[in-house]
Amino acid sequence: MSSMPRELGLDWRARGHSGWWAFALHRVSGVALTLFLPAHFYVLSRALTGAASLDAFLRWTDQPLVRASEIVLVFLLGAHLAGGLRLLFIEFRGWRAAWQPGLVATVIGVAAICALTFALNLTPHP
Amino acid sequence: MPIPASSAADSLKVRVFRSDGAQSGRFVDYEVPRQPSQTILDVVTYIQREIDPTLAYRFACRVGMCGSCAMTVNGKARWTCRTHVQTVAGEGQVEIAPLANLPVIRDLVTDMREFFDKWARARGQFVPTATRRDEFAKVSPESPQRRAIDATIECIGCAVCYASCDVVTWNPHYLGPAALNRAWTLVNDVRDGDRTGRLGAVSGDAGCHACHTQQTCTLRCPKHLTPTDSIAGLKRASLLAALRGEIA
Amino acid sequence: MSAARREAYLWLASRASAAVLALCVVVHLATMIVAVRSGLSAADILGRTRGSTTWAVFYAVFVIAVAVHAPLGLRSVLSELVRRQGALLDWTMALLALVLLAGGLRAVFAVTIA
Repeated sequence: MSSMPRELGLDWRARGHSGWWAFALHRVSGVALTLFLPAHFYVLSRALTGAASLDAFLRWTDQPLVRASEIVLVFLLGAHLAGGLRLLFIEFRGWRAAWQPGLVATVIGVAAICALTFALNLTPHP
Repeated sequence: MPIPASSAADSLKVRVFRSDGAQSGRFVDYEVPRQPSQTILDVVTYIQREIDPTLAYRFACRVGMCGSCAMTVNGKARWTCRTHVQTVAGEGQVEIAPLANLPVIRDLVTDMREFFDKWARARGQFVPTATRRDEFAKVSPESPQRRAIDATIECIGCAVCYASCDVVTWNPHYLGPAALNRAWTLVNDVRDGDRTGRLGAVSGDAGCHACHTQQTCTLRCPKHLTPTDSIAGLKRASLLAALRGEIA
Repeated sequence: MSAARREAYLWLASRASAAVLALCVVVHLATMIVAVRSGLSAADILGRTRGSTTWAVFYAVFVIAVAVHAPLGLRSVLSELVRRQGALLDWTMALLALVLLAGGLRAVFAVTIA
């Protein structure tokens, strides 16, 4: 028996809907956060050798590219949190599939608010 | 009698997946005259009758009751007898392929055996506890269990949800939305005698816990069932059964 | 323990740790967003956390929940990427859990007790 021609990527025609995007965001954010954590723990552990050691690293994070990555991480954390809460409500409270697009939009909105607030607080105010 | 296509606007460009089952297939182009209220099944039928009699495809009732004509139309699994050409043929083009996640026997015909085998593995069969000599079971239509059954009992096994699920693609053993949905209706059937056995069956490596709530199944189901919700119910029910020691 | 029971319990562990993390992350996000206002220095961080039993307990719980939750999530991702499950994957994820637990508790110790 033969098989369907397999595209290299995913066929987006059937996938570009809110429930699928919620899944994709949850998976991407989860993997990114898992990869980030060991680095995060290492940095904080530098405090073991004194505050100066930690400060040296924190100065490095003052670069724009690092700051931008931090904002993205906060977005991903907010997204994984809000998306996770959505899943908990679906799985435990039986929230129906009907109003999902609105719920997914809310998830992304919450994540965006977290990231924006974080970003705004990063910029020095007079 | 074939109606000749008089102009470009009156004809439809159709790409159809062809394969002899032995090797990988390819898409072949056809031109089909447009008709009012034409369905994709009409298009496939026209090709087989008027252009290429070797085209293999499945259908039965052609009125949206049996689910036999399910195929992939422009990337989405649908019943072709209930898909109007004008709904899907943007720019006068349509792509027709067999259902995904199933082996292809030939052209548009898939081997449905694994779909039904998984149904059996999920213990999607009613196990009786009474005989004809016993009183009828009294089940209130308002009870939460009967309401849960009502929402999901109309499945006719068309495999549109199964073909639409990424977890089925990525996890070869995953029982799939239809089998799990059927298991949920039986878990809620107060007359059934194998509740705990069934919960064990849907709880393994390939069971309900593999669902990621993508909801494509619910979105695509032609009967508007909600396998996502059924699977969420199975997650809760199987956990309770495990905590109570009802699952070995 | 059968695969069925194990999967049910792993699912519970994933969701229970998720619920714990929901609370921890809300606190953590709020703390960070507020703290970052006055700039981020070691003194700022350590001034808040050093010698604080509350923060120590909070972050320890956070680390334990993460050490449960992240490997379980990654287990799904990897099993679907390579399209198989098995003992090798499970033991690798268990190892990841230990790495996160050890690294995380060390970090907690570093900023609270050390």
